[in-house]
Amino acid sequence: MHLDHSHPATPAVSADAHRPDGTRRAVRIGLGGPVGSGKTATVAALCRALRDELSLAVVTNDIYTREDAEFLLREAVLPPERITAVETGACPHTAIRDDISANLEAVEDLEDAVGPLDLILLESGGDNLTATFSKGLVDAQIFVIDVAGGDDIPRKGGPGVTTADLLVVNKTDLAPYVGSDLARMAADAKAARGELPVVFQSLRGESGVAEVAGWVRQRHAAWTAQA
Amino acid sequence: MSRAALLVLADGRFPAGGHAHSGGAEAAVRAGRITGVADLADFCRGRLHTAGLVAAALAGAAALGRDPVELDAAADARTPSPALRLAARKLGRQLMRAARATWPAPELDALAREFPKGAHQPVVLGLTARAAGLGPEEAAYCAAYESVSGPATATVRLLSLDPFDATAVLARLAPELDQVVERAVAAARRVAAEGVDALPACSAPLLEIAAEAHAAWPVRLFAS
Ligand SMILES: Nc1nc2c(ncn2[C@@H]2O[C@H](COP(=O)(O)OP(=O)(O)OP(=O)(O)O)[C@@H](O)[C@H]2O)c(=O)[nH]1
Ligand SMILES: [Mg+2]
Repeated sequence: MHLDHSHPATPAVSADAHRPDGTRRAVRIGLGGPVGSGKTATVAALCRALRDELSLAVVTNDIYTREDAEFLLREAVLPPERITAVETGACPHTAIRDDISANLEAVEDLEDAVGPLDLILLESGGDNLTATFSKGLVDAQIFVIDVAGGDDIPRKGGPGVTTADLLVVNKTDLAPYVGSDLARMAADAKAARGELPVVFQSLRGESGVAEVAGWVRQRHAAWTAQA
Repeated sequence: MSRAALLVLADGRFPAGGHAHSGGAEAAVRAGRITGVADLADFCRGRLHTAGLVAAALAGAAALGRDPVELDAAADARTPSPALRLAARKLGRQLMRAARATWPAPELDALAREFPKGAHQPVVLGLTARAAGLGPEEAAYCAAYESVSGPATATVRLLSLDPFDATAVLARLAPELDQVVERAVAAARRVAAEGVDALPACSAPLLEIAAEAHAAWPVRLFAS
């Protein structure tokens, strides 16, 4: 942004694609979705899948604890200095959409401390179906729902389901036990999202997060290619 | 001066991080010091005349163009609690980002370079007001009002208080806000001749102590 060209030492503003030193910054991908759908588990699995090929970091936005960050630390998916928790004043959707300043600070501090980074994953605390990330904060967003939260969620829609760059329907292993109709969920998602991609996954299954990791790799490649 | 710029800056939705802070209300609620609307009014009045007055004077002085580095040191000296200093600097950094995007100004860039991790929020607020073409009164009004609007909205969330009651508390405080701003600006104007010692230094010990305890809670809704 123009401000930073005249003052290279001052931090970037919002969605600037470049770091103050002019290099292209990390691609930022947000993960949102209802409480307990598997956002943290997906982040953990993505870290394990990608950490050997990309320099990455995670920002969590919990509602009132540091539980997500602590889970990631306990699981040792990344070194502790690559995981930051943002406090959200009981409103994660505000911190990821309406007032993104604390998250931008976290992202900047991670770049300063352990950068240069290729990829930053930002998890929103479990919120509602309307919570989406601001374009000033992330370059792409994944909305994670699960089969146990009711198979009518894709039909109900909402900005998360309809507009996210990737919809993940998680915990397909539980479908038989909760009586969820995966074919119907797929059809409803297709109707709500048109050509936007949908991945059905079970983190308990053999392929785990592989398909989502592939999608993230593509986003990173596309981001770098724009340089 | 554009009066409309004041509305933009004073809007509770101005994206500068305030929503995650309760201004001490969360700790006071847990300690049983705020249980309803009457307590909230007392809490806000106390905060307005102490932390609010100090913040308003700092903001006013920064809006007048006094040296922000000296003002920042004065703010540190008036904030005994390390947790509150940290919160004030975090909020200052967040406001700085919003300010530079909304009212770009060389003075803001210079302050951002001087304090990459953030200057005290009222100092940044005063410089932001200046960049927006506003004067010391407007800056002081923003600071004084924030000192009570933050706790009021936080208490609505914490106690499920009737939002009309909480807003009425703020409205009843309006005449006192006017007085606090008047005192704050008078002090701010004296800084040019007398230095930062002319600024008020009234603190609220319970706010400071409770903030230290609050910062150590493992589970909390607000950052301060
Ligand atoms: N069976 C099954 N359980 C899963 C799967 N993915 C996650 N879980 C479990 O679901 C629970 C919630 O997962 P989290 O990753 O914490 O969910 P979250 O979306 O981060 O939750 P919040 O952050 O609290 O909103 C945990 O017990 C996970 O182990 C899955 O694919 N299959
Ligand atoms: Mg989680």
